[in-house]
Formats: sequence, C-alpha cells, structure tokens
Amino acid sequence: MNRPRLITMLAVLGIAVFVLSLLIGPARIGPVTSIEALIAGGNEAAMIIMREIRLPRALLAVLIGFSLGVAGAALQGLLRNPLAEPGIIGISASASLGAVLLFYTGLAGASLLALPAGALTGAALCVLVLLVISAAQASTITLILAGVALASLAGALTSLVLNLSPNPYASYEIIFWLLGSLKDRTMDHVWLVIPLMVVGWAALWASSRTLDALSLGEEGASGLGANIPRARVLVVCGVALCVGAATAVSGAIGFIGLIVPHLVRPLTNRLPSQLLLPAGLGGAALLTIADIVARTIIPDRELNVGVVTALIGAPFFLWLVIRSRRELF
Amino acid sequence: MQLSASSISISLSGRQVLKGVDLGLEPGQVTGLLGPNGAGKSTLMRALAGQLAHQGHVEIDGRAIAGMSEVERARIIAWLPQQRVLSWPISVQAVVELGRLPWHGWRRAMSQADREKCAAAMDLLDVTGLARRPATELSGGEQARVLMARAVAQDTPVLVADEPASGLDPAHQISMMAALRHLAGQGRTVFVSLHDLSLAARWCDRLILMKDGEIAADGPPDKVMTDATLRDVYGISARIGRDECGLWLAPLGLTEGEMGNG
Repeated sequence: MNRPRLITMLAVLGIAVFVLSLLIGPARIGPVTSIEALIAGGNEAAMIIMREIRLPRALLAVLIGFSLGVAGAALQGLLRNPLAEPGIIGISASASLGAVLLFYTGLAGASLLALPAGALTGAALCVLVLLVISAAQASTITLILAGVALASLAGALTSLVLNLSPNPYASYEIIFWLLGSLKDRTMDHVWLVIPLMVVGWAALWASSRTLDALSLGEEGASGLGANIPRARVLVVCGVALCVGAATAVSGAIGFIGLIVPHLVRPLTNRLPSQLLLPAGLGGAALLTIADIVARTIIPDRELNVGVVTALIGAPFFLWLVIRSRRELF
Repeated sequence: MQLSASSISISLSGRQVLKGVDLGLEPGQVTGLLGPNGAGKSTLMRALAGQLAHQGHVEIDGRAIAGMSEVERARIIAWLPQQRVLSWPISVQAVVELGRLPWHGWRRAMSQADREKCAAAMDLLDVTGLARRPATELSGGEQARVLMARAVAQDTPVLVADEPASGLDPAHQISMMAALRHLAGQGRTVFVSLHDLSLAARWCDRLILMKDGEIAADGPPDKVMTDATLRDVYGISARIGRDECGLWLAPLGLTEGEMGNG
C-alpha cells in the first residue's frame, strides 16, 4: 500500500473511532445533541458531560495510543528486535512504582496532579539510570538488559508496597490503578501530557533516519554516518516522555506498543522511519477502540482498558506470531 | 583520494591486536589485505574506516579522519563490515538506497541523481533483478552483493570492504572482483580483505599480508606471493605460476612445524 493512502486511511479510522468514543457513555444523549453540546454549548448538562467527561477521555485515548504506538515502533527499530515494547526498558514499571508509592503514602489524594507527578518522577529516575549506563557502556544490548533489570526491580518494589499496604482499600486502589484506565480523567490531565508527549514524539522522529540505518546493524549504520549513541539517548528519552506521560495519567496499558507496529509494518516498506507515523495513528485508533469496548461490552459495568488491551492483545499477538513467523524473525 | 595510516596500534581486552601499522593506499588501485585468522585484518580495516578508536593517525588527502563529523566521514569512506546484518525484511531496492543516507540526509525524497547512483550500483553488482525482493529472503551470496551495492551507492572516493567475496559462488566472486576493479578504474581507493589467495593474486593491484598485528609483506602480487612469505605467514606450501592471464596460485599443504602457530 502506498504511504499517503495508508496514512489517510489510518487517520480516517482514528477520527471515526474518536467521534464514536465521544458519543458513548452512560448518559443517554443523542448524537446530534452530543456534538452540538460539545461545540456550541447550549444544553448545560450535556455540555458538561461532553466537555468535561467524554472529551478528555477520548483525547487521552488518542494521545496515549499514538504515543504507545510510536514508542513501540521506535524501540523495535533501535533494538532491532520485533519483540521490543515500551515496557521492556523499565519506564512503565518505574512510572507505576512512582504512582503506587504516592498511593501508599496517602499523598495521591493531595491533588489531582500528585499521582501523575509521582509517576513522572519514577519514569525520570529510570531514564537517568539508563542514560548513565548507556553513557558508560556503549552497547544497545546493555541498554536492554539494564531496562529489563530495572523493570523487574520496579515490579518487585511495587509488590513490596502492596505487601506493606496498610489496609485492603489502599491495596485495592493500587491494583485498580495498575490495571490501567481512562475513566474520570479531566482536561487538566490532557494539558499535562500534551507537552511531554509532543517533545517525546519529536525526539523519536529525530532519531528516525538513524533507525533506518540501523537496519544494517550497528556497524553498518555507523559506516553510513549514523550517530548511534545520540540515537540511543533520543529514543530512550522519547520513549520515557511518551510512556511516562501515558502511565502517569492512565496507569499501565500494555500491548498497544507491541502489537501496533506489527499490525502496520506489513503495510509499509518496513523501514523504521516509515513505520513511526502509521504506528502512532494505528495506536490511537486501537486504544480508542479498546476503550469503547471496555465501556460497552458488559452492560452497566466498565472494564479497565488495560485489561481489554491485554485480553485482545495477547491472543492476537500469538496469532500474529504463528501466522507470520518469517515476518517476525 | 589517498588514505594513509601511521603507527596504528590497538589493544582489545589487553591483547595488542595491531602493533604500529604504517600504510598508504593509492587511488585507482585495488589493494587486497590478506592474512590468517586473527592476524588483525578486520581490526585494521575498522580503524581505517574510522570505526574503532586507536592510537596513531589515519589521514585522507592530509585530513585526519578523527576530526571529521560522522556524516562527513561517510561521504568519503564507504565501510562494508564483514558481518552481514539485515534486520527487517526490507526490499533490496530500499537496502541499496540506504547508501544515499549520508548525502540526502533529512530530505525524504531522493533526487534523480540519488536514484541513478543506486541503479548503477545495482547493475554493477548484478542485483537489479532482485530489486523488489525482501533482502532477508535472499541467499547469503545474494545478500553479500546487495550489501556491496549499498556501499557502492554511497559513492565515496574510498571503499573499505571486509571479506566481500566470502560465501560467493566462483562466478559471482569473479564479478565482485571485477566490480571492485571497475570502481578503482574510476579513480577510487579500494581496500578489500580476502581469504581466497588465488582471487587476491589475480584481481588486486597490490597485496598486503598481515601476521600477528603487523604487516609481513606489501607490494605487487608477484612480489608478495612467494614460497617464503606463504610459508612464513600462513604456514602453507603452494604452487605459484604465471600465465597469459596473470598470477595463479594453488595451496598444496601445510609446511612442517607450522600447525597451530599462525
């Protein structure tokens, strides 16, 4: 498929599910009234529901889905490994740990933005460690292994916090948050993540030509004049901004960053740089769809979107692996 | 362009792999680098291509490559590593086009001139017919030619290639060497490491023999390929002859007492 057509199709799909997402919710508001209330105001109850509940939710699904898709595609390019996903370098686990610690200390309730701040601090500390390691050891393998170790450590510490948690209610709150959700988010959350994500996207995009060159291996790429240490820093920081911001407002949402690049890659010429934008658009559409499913599949009860992405994602990934072994490895 | 290296020394994990190598490469020539496994050939090539930190100086037309930016260097030296890596099932055409990266950089679309250089490189290495095939699905020998075409598309005055002919069938070995000669004929400096002694003897203008991190012999093939140097460097005896097509060489056997010494 040619590139402009692919991008147009994915963008149209994304916009369609975005609008659909705006029209879905427990309050029975007709489609026309919904859109009217969103744009023009008028009916006050409908306006509040549209502007303060549904719009931030739909926007966050798009922003987070886009970020996870791009981050997954860039990491797979840098690590030259189709199994890489944003979680592999420990960012999401560290961000989760940061948030969980705030629950534990009770600071989470202090302000709407306390939780995101905790998660971002966790992600930032993880990046700092990764950067120090990758500066000292000029190797991408070291970067992956350090990331895996950090992810395990953050996971273990999260379990420890759960273990020490003072009361069952706090544990429940932590577990619920860890499952990932877009429920009850506000425009403040949207404004918080946008600048972080935009800088993250820019960093990933800036590394895209080096990622192409890396298709020939590190030696081949550096012979083409690619600055690999610079690309490593750009990708680590870009992924950290994207995934750290995403985890900060939604909790951990898995599988989008892993699956979407695989779904979209066969429709591109398979060069990493050509995959970034389609993977972002695909991620935005897929997370929005998953969020619609999470809200509608069981009447009067909402699932966590992280549960839905894992439930759809894991079997789907298995199917992809079986169907296209050659493509993957 | 003239590439000159002076007192290149490299230690890897405490072992001195190169021991003060001095070397000058002339434009318009194919210079072959020979030597037993572990003699330091790949290390020397990496150092000359600016891919490995080292003691000593490498200069191109009097300019130190250490002072060049990565892109600047990639516009002067094309480096073809021995290990053939292709990470994604990208098409042969796209692989060859990667060779233009140092030139068009951020500009997404390649110019007509870029396209023509890629087409010429693909023709030279006989891979035009494979253009649309995923490079990962090709045989090892086909991949070797595709990756060489990628290096040729880089269109640099200096080409450093580490064992580009290994794993090729005889016909493609010969056409690979002919391609290198063609590039040298355009005035480029071509430096290539080889394991096949007869191929090297026949197709190179000049041969450099390495042993234990030092240059053991350097000169035209008939001066370098002698009973004495082959015995000394490889520990083999060989039949060496000359006919109307040039030098030929057939390894015969191991010389006494040289087993496990090289």
